[in-house]
Amino acid sequence: MPVAKAYTRAELDGLVACPACDALHRRVDVPVGSRSRCLRCHTVLTAPRNSAMTQIVMLAATGVVLMVAAMVFPFLSIDARGFSQNSSVLDAVMAFSDGIMLPLSIATVALIVFLPLLRLGAVIYALAPMAIGYAPAKGAARAFRLAQALKPWAMAEIFIIGVAVALVKIAGLATLTIGPAFWAFAALALVMALKDTLMCRLTVWKTLEQRRLS
Amino acid sequence: MEDPGTTATILTAREAGLVACTGCGRLDHIGEPTCSLCGASLDSRDEQSLQKVWAWMIAGLIAYIPANLYPMLETETLGRVSDSTIIGGVIELIHHGSWGVAAIVFVASVVIPIGKFLAIMFLAYSIKHPDRTSSLTRQHLYEAVEFIGRWSMIDVFVVAILSSLVHLGSVVNVNPGIAAVSFALSVAFTMLSAQSFDSRQIWDADRRVAA
Repeated sequence: MPVAKAYTRAELDGLVACPACDALHRRVDVPVGSRSRCLRCHTVLTAPRNSAMTQIVMLAATGVVLMVAAMVFPFLSIDARGFSQNSSVLDAVMAFSDGIMLPLSIATVALIVFLPLLRLGAVIYALAPMAIGYAPAKGAARAFRLAQALKPWAMAEIFIIGVAVALVKIAGLATLTIGPAFWAFAALALVMALKDTLMCRLTVWKTLEQRRLS
Repeated sequence: MEDPGTTATILTAREAGLVACTGCGRLDHIGEPTCSLCGASLDSRDEQSLQKVWAWMIAGLIAYIPANLYPMLETETLGRVSDSTIIGGVIELIHHGSWGVAAIVFVASVVIPIGKFLAIMFLAYSIKHPDRTSSLTRQHLYEAVEFIGRWSMIDVFVVAILSSLVHLGSVVNVNPGIAAVSFALSVAFTMLSAQSFDSRQIWDADRRVAA
C-alpha cells in the first residue's frame, strides 16, 4: 500500500469515490442533462438536471397530496349475490389486525403509507428551502440521509401491483368497482418513480455542502 | 470510456489512504469516524459485512420454509374452508386461465426469493474464493439483487387486500394464513442481507488476484 499522503480539504473535494467499488475519480463538471459513470464498474456517479431541485420538491409535494387522497377516498368495493364490501387503503392494510397477525399489519402500514410519507417529507424538508430560497434548513443533511436510507423500504409501487393481482383473483367471484383512491395510489407510484429518476444524490450532497458553507 | 477490464490503472480511495462516504461520495482520511458532510459513519471496508450477510440470509432461508408449507390464504366458500399455499395459489390461477398473473405471482414469490438466495450465496462465497466471473458481472448481479428483492412483497400485499375485501357474509370469506407472516419476514431478512453486503469487496478480491 502506498504511503498515505495528507490531502487538503480542497484536494479531497476535487475527488470523488465510486460508492459501489471505491475507485477514485477527479470530480469534473458534468454538463446538465448528461451523466458521469464510474470508469471501473459503470455505476452512475452524477446526473445533474436543469432545475431538478424545484421539480423534485414539486413531485414530492404532489406525492403527499396523492397519498392523502388515497387514504380519504374509497379504494375498492365488491358485490356478489347481494352482499357488498367496501375497502379503504387502511382497511386493506389492517386486514391482519387480529392476534398474532398484528405485527404484520403494522409492518404493512409502515411499508405502504408511513415510510413513503416520511420519505417524501424528508425530501421536501431537505430540498424545499434550497429550491425556494438559497440556504438549506437546519438538519437538512440528516433529513436527506434519512430519505436515502428509507428508499428500499418505501413500497407504494409494489402495493399497487399487488392490488392488480388481487383484482384478477377476485374478478371471477364478484363484481368489482375501483374507487378514486386506487387511481390516486397508482399516480403516486408513478410520481415517486419519476422523482427518484430526477434525483441525483451526489449532486444534491454537493449543493447542500456548497450552500451550507456560504 | 475505458474498458472495464483494465482496472489496474485505477486507484481506490483505500489505496490512497482515504475513506469514501457511501452515502454522499465525500472523501476523508482513513481513520475519520464520521463523514463531515452527511454525518454517516465511515468505514473503508465493512469488515463484518460477510458475517452479517450470512446471518440475515440464514434467517431468511429459515423463514422461507414455513412460508411455503403453511397456507397464505384461508378461503371459506359457503361454509367450506380451503387453504392455499404460495404454490397452491399459483396453480389455482392457472386453472382460472390467468397465465399472466400466475406468472407474476410465481416469479415474485418463488423465482425471485430462490434466485436471491443463490445470488447472495454466490457473491458472498466469491469474496473469499475468487473465481472466473468478472467483477463487473458480479457487481451487476448485486445491483439486480438489490433492485429486485423488494418486489417479492407483492404476494403479502395480495393477501392483505384479498382478506380485507372478501368478506361477503356466508358466501365467501378470505382470511390471511400464517405463511404471510413468515414470507414477509423472509423478504425483509433477505433485503437486510443484501444491504449488508459491501460491494467494494468484490473489487478488492479482483485486485488481490491480479497482484
